Amino acid sequence: MSEAKPKIKAAERMKINRQAMPARDAVERSHTFGEVNLGLLEQIAILEAQRCLECKEAKCVAGCPVAVDIPGFVAKLAEGDLQAAADVLANCNALPCISGRVCPQEKQCEILCIRGKKGDPVAIGYLERFVADWALAHRGVRKAAPVPLSGKKVAVVGSGPAGLTAAGELAKLGHEVTVFEALHQPGGVLVYGIPEFRLPKEIVKAEVDALVRLGVEIRCNVIIGRSYTIDQLLQEERYDAIFIANGAGLPVFMGIPGENLKGVYSANEYLTRVNLMKAFDPNSATPVLKAKQVVVVGGGNTAMDGVRVARRLGADPSTLVYRRSRTEMPARIEEVHHAEEEGVVFQMLTNPVKILGDDKGWVRAVLCQRMELGAPDAKGRRSPVPIPNSEFEIPCEVVVEAIGTRANPLLTATTPDLKVNEKGYIQIDANNMTSKPGVFAGGDIVRGAATVILAMGDGKRTAHAIDAYLKASVQPATAN
Amino acid sequence: MGYQVLESVWLAPNVRKLLVAAPHVTRNCGPGQFVIVRATPDGERIPLTIGFADKAAGTISLFIQAIGKSTTDLCNLETGSSLCDVAGPMGKKTTIHNVGHAVIVGGGVGTAVIYPQARALKEQGNYVSAIIGGRSKPYVILEEELKAVCDAVYPCTDDGSYGFKGFVTQRLGQLITESTANPVKEVITAGPVPMMKAVAEVTRPLGIHTVASLNPIMVDGTGMCGGCRVQVGGQMLFACVDGPEFDAHQVDFKELSDRLTAYREHEQRCMAK
Ligand SMILES: Cc1cc2nc3c(=O)[nH]c(=O)nc-3n(C[C@H](O)[C@H](O)[C@H](O)COP(=O)(O)OP(=O)(O)OC[C@H]3O[C@@H](n4cnc5c(N)ncnc54)[C@H](O)[C@@H]3O)c2cc1C
Ligand SMILES: Cc1cc2nc3c(=O)[nH]c(=O)nc-3n(C[C@H](O)[C@H](O)[C@H](O)COP(=O)(O)OP(=O)(O)OC[C@H]3O[C@@H](n4cnc5c(N)ncnc54)[C@H](O)[C@@H]3O)c2cc1C
Ligand code: SF4
Ligand code: SF4
Ligand code: FES
Repeated sequence: MSEAKPKIKAAERMKINRQAMPARDAVERSHTFGEVNLGLLEQIAILEAQRCLECKEAKCVAGCPVAVDIPGFVAKLAEGDLQAAADVLANCNALPCISGRVCPQEKQCEILCIRGKKGDPVAIGYLERFVADWALAHRGVRKAAPVPLSGKKVAVVGSGPAGLTAAGELAKLGHEVTVFEALHQPGGVLVYGIPEFRLPKEIVKAEVDALVRLGVEIRCNVIIGRSYTIDQLLQEERYDAIFIANGAGLPVFMGIPGENLKGVYSANEYLTRVNLMKAFDPNSATPVLKAKQVVVVGGGNTAMDGVRVARRLGADPSTLVYRRSRTEMPARIEEVHHAEEEGVVFQMLTNPVKILGDDKGWVRAVLCQRMELGAPDAKGRRSPVPIPNSEFEIPCEVVVEAIGTRANPLLTATTPDLKVNEKGYIQIDANNMTSKPGVFAGGDIVRGAATVILAMGDGKRTAHAIDAYLKASVQPATAN
Repeated sequence: MGYQVLESVWLAPNVRKLLVAAPHVTRNCGPGQFVIVRATPDGERIPLTIGFADKAAGTISLFIQAIGKSTTDLCNLETGSSLCDVAGPMGKKTTIHNVGHAVIVGGGVGTAVIYPQARALKEQGNYVSAIIGGRSKPYVILEEELKAVCDAVYPCTDDGSYGFKGFVTQRLGQLITESTANPVKEVITAGPVPMMKAVAEVTRPLGIHTVASLNPIMVDGTGMCGGCRVQVGGQMLFACVDGPEFDAHQVDFKELSDRLTAYREHEQRCMAK
């Protein structure tokens, strides 16, 4: 153990400025898929950690959906004790390499940081990523402490952040866990949606490998609702409990003329072709249309990923069309900055009304309308109103629609006694249990499209609720 | 690892039958459903209809027509090799009723696509006729298998080298006219898009209920990407979850055939490699 260093005084901490994240050169990265953020150097991370005032009543923690002990791990990092920092972090967050990269920190933990009152908040996300990456690189394969087996079997449906987190927790609690995944690779949105340049797939793979070492069985290519129904899992395959975490993966289309022209993609299809199927690699058998001019519609993370992917595939311009203004964009601030640096063109207050095609059925342009912000709605959000006679064309050969997703009815339709709300999302009680005893749900299929960390939080909480349920049930859930 | 190819045989110069171990697929599968397979870790996801499913053995047979890179790779798999991924079953099961006289119309590998329906129609007590086409004799597939489950099988070849000389649609028209005593009540068709479109045009004026098994380009097969969207009765539907079978009189075949050409250039580049 290193000797306790003398504590740094608050006044000295206040003098340190927020450290910047080193990033790959904007010109270079606008045509490659390597990770944009390069990570902090150790001395820089420690310096940044020293900015934290280690508040007794840390406000930042309240902003974190999984209540990471921020002052706890940051204090250890400030002392240079990386082992201890990693331990604190691992206790609160199962996938910190991932959340450190993709959390909207500016809306969650960092927005509440006391240092942000005057100046910049502590870069909590950068520090989390630093400690987590350090642990991944330096602690290698860690043997999990052996736990007594409970003799209970739990099925997890879907291998996104909710499913993976729950599987890890359940395995650590001694249950036999099988994760069923419809696609050929585990990870959910982390592998098919979020691109390599924001979240290297190796990191997701490392997390999945760690689960397998914990004894979790991952069965890809199995579609629950088709290969097995929920009832078959309970009654015939003898699972004692089920966690449904199948996401909200159904793409929404705008419903405007021209959407079936060649060159129109949902963001899900575009990103899946590029990320999961590696269409950016000339050796991949899966194609994606590479166009000179691409228009991406939307203002969230998905739209930002789409427009940056298009840029990397050679689009110039790669244009983002959003019907509100820049301040209303739901995407992470960092992604917006990065997109801008990479030369993405922003067309704010603009709404597509029609996609125009040529005589061979290919997209040739998007007809758009200018918008202005009207009166605030019930939620205080100013809704866009079209400006009459403001139509104009943006020439392009590919259009990517990233205007949102809905609940996929595939599973719920085959489980009629699973209560869903009017939008098709699964309803749960205070213990995250659905209307079916022993069947729990969490992540996007409950919340609607949300965030990685909320899905992970759901996974963790539900795992403990399942554990309590299994311990309380005198008889196995499958007995009638 | 992967999914074992227990048997691989050529049925026609360009069509191969693979018997594959996939117990998770056979558990619940029925006629009309399909799987998505990948031959290798860098391969494409390819939708293929489940031909015969043996629930006890946990095996499915796939009938693959080599038309592009991925299907050619699949057709080159020998007995004892394996597929990297087999996901399924996907799509809806065909709704099979006792209608009296049902006709299945298959072109090329489409014959394999509708074999399971022929069997299910027979099991429901229908009189089942099968009209199956190929460009010449060696391209007519599954005739013996169909004879075992149909009341009548009518092979057709474009060049007249076997069976009826001409298109399956011509034979269908004849059959409908001939069958006054036992009128045709339903037609199920699978094959090249122009053929399915032509079948729909034969039956439309007669008001004979017609179902087409559509084959748009797919990625995931679970409703996640929307790439398989088709226009049916003016509505946008996803073939992988809402289909793949639809009312042929409602389908926008022109759009379907158009969308199928989206990657033609890419494909030609791949084949040239
Ligand atoms: C492009 C994109 C970018 C995003 N960027 C961010 C970001 O930067 N930060 C952030 O916090 N959030 C982001 N999000 C949102 C975040 O990814 C999701 O909220 C989160 O992934 C939800 O996790 P989940 O586990 O509920 O579901 P998912 O990640 O959707 O995983 C569900 C899994 O279940 C599988 N599945 C579905 N149905 C079945 C079935 N019937 N049987 C078996 N398996 C099934 C799916 O194939 C999938 O693998 C982004 C989303 C997208 C689409
Ligand atoms: C639900 C469903 C079930 C199917 N069942 C079978 C089956 O049992 N046996 C079988 O051999 N094929 C079947 N198909 C078609 C098969 O999936 C395609 O032939 C295959 O994806 C083509 O891949 P490729 O790389 O070899 O050819 P590609 O290189 O992708 O295409 C070669 C040429 O065929 C056209 N094409 C592309 N995709 C399709 C398609 N989906 N259908 C028709 N033409 C296409 C392209 O325009 C291109 O010019 C099915 C398709 C669907 C959607
Ligand atoms: S998990 Fe996300 S919200 Fe919580 S501390 Fe880490 S970066 Fe902030
Ligand atoms: S609020 Fe800011 S300064 Fe206080 S503990 Fe949290 S990160 Fe540190
Ligand atoms: S194949 Fe993706 S939605 Fe149908």
